[in-house]
Amino acid sequence: MKGWVAVVAALLASVVHAGAAEASERAMVVFGAASLREPFGTIAERFETRHPGVHVVVNLAGSQELAAQILNGAAADVFASADPANMAKLVKLGLVERPRLFARNAPVLVVTPDSPTPIRSLEDLPRAARIVLGGPEVPIGRYTREILERASERYGRDFRKRVEERVVSNELNVRQVLAKVRLGEADAGIVYRTDVTSVGGDVVVVEIPPGVNVIAEYSIAVLKAAPDRTLADAWVEAVSGPEGQAALAAAGFLAGGESVSRGDSR
Amino acid sequence: MSASGGWLGSGSRRGALGHALSVIAALALLGFLLLPIVALVVTTGIADLVAGLRHPLVLPALRLSLLTTSVSLVLVVLPGTALAWLLVRREGTVSQWIETAVQLPVVIPPAVGGLALLLAFGRKGLLGASLARFGIAVPFTTIAVVLAEVFVSAPFFVLAATAAFRRLDPNLWIVARSLGASPLRAFIRVALPVAAPSLISGAAMSWARSLGEFGATLMFAGNLTGRTQTLPLAVYTALESDLRAAQAISIVLVVIAFGLLLVLRRGAAASAGAAFGFRSLASSRMEDRRR
Repeated sequence: MKGWVAVVAALLASVVHAGAAEASERAMVVFGAASLREPFGTIAERFETRHPGVHVVVNLAGSQELAAQILNGAAADVFASADPANMAKLVKLGLVERPRLFARNAPVLVVTPDSPTPIRSLEDLPRAARIVLGGPEVPIGRYTREILERASERYGRDFRKRVEERVVSNELNVRQVLAKVRLGEADAGIVYRTDVTSVGGDVVVVEIPPGVNVIAEYSIAVLKAAPDRTLADAWVEAVSGPEGQAALAAAGFLAGGESVSRGDSR
Repeated sequence: MSASGGWLGSGSRRGALGHALSVIAALALLGFLLLPIVALVVTTGIADLVAGLRHPLVLPALRLSLLTTSVSLVLVVLPGTALAWLLVRREGTVSQWIETAVQLPVVIPPAVGGLALLLAFGRKGLLGASLARFGIAVPFTTIAVVLAEVFVSAPFFVLAATAAFRRLDPNLWIVARSLGASPLRAFIRVALPVAAPSLISGAAMSWARSLGEFGATLMFAGNLTGRTQTLPLAVYTALESDLRAAQAISIVLVVIAFGLLLVLRRGAAASAGAAFGFRSLASSRMEDRRR
């Protein structure tokens, strides 16, 4: 019995101690699109060594969800969105200002290695027996449909229709698209390049031709309500600077720099 | 029982306190369970509801949900009754193991259940690979939706049915058999009517679980309007684009479930009355036999 009391007391003490340690640190809360997990983790580590006493909390979720949380008063310092629409929503409401483009992510075609019919290019996609795509409600699904639209101009008017006839599921999460291709249950799907950097031989990655592809644009902005704007600005600089860009490139992102905006390129 | 011994009696002061506490506890739980559902309904305006119901996802999802849950209910109840009966009639270590194993799908997170179904019936699955050789492909079809529903809902029915059969008065069985009824006839005419109320409420629980099934379906059957997109999947899909529509579809789901569960509950109560009459008849016959 006494032993238990000691254990509980020790646990309580360590919890209280941890709480105290955290209180003496300044926390900076970064809301980032789920695909930014790895690069933001790397950038956060370096950021904490450069700014002693600062603790970076990275909150990752779908951009739509993060934007909704910020709308409902979530205390974030920085918001990094995977699509322009969710950032634009917050700009319009005056919650953030001057978003900056910092990375781009190219959709790619993923194909199961045991596909009965070989799919070596986007043009071959309608030959797949089972295709899984992102639903039109989520960003990857919107990009995918835009890609199919553009591909129809190149490969024939009925290209999109022929692909859609083979679609067996409209997933609400890009990871689910990848999972179904990795399991070999779907022959092909369209995901972001960053989703496949860590995937081994489960899937074959097929490039989508540049003229047809629609690149996702990631933008970042400091919240007007951020308590320490200078520190938040420093995070944005760290992400945009050479080290941040190297971390993003390692995860499969394209540089943010000069980009063709989605509207202009059509 | 003496005056002080009635643990829920209202005679003593302690009894009154106990009664008050139990009412408070009951109301707290009831409020907690109902508040989110009330919130769902009151925050949706009539205009939202009408617009939501006209959402293109609603009608196909409603049709699909009613179809698949009806089929899966039949697939659960018929073999489930047989399984429960066998488990009760042949009690032993093996049937204990089986009874426990049957409950596993309740514990497994639905998405994992969906993955397990893929690993069993998928293209490369244990059984699916052989099925594929005959050109049969289960995943991403309406059949997959039904299988996912059966997988997650059957344990609820089997649990209720084994409990019901176990509670049967063995005398009933002995009388029926001694009066010359074959085992099948005794089962249909005696065991089934007496167990009916529990079987019906077990079927209702199982059906409700099917109707709300989401995770395993999404993984195993995918999400395609008209083919595999049931009401819960439609809610989840709408949630990504249109919160109002998602709320409206949820309300449809809640209303259908409430209506059908109420009907089933009444059915169970009615058959409980009938079975009670039957039971007293049978036990009086038992008395006769003893004399």
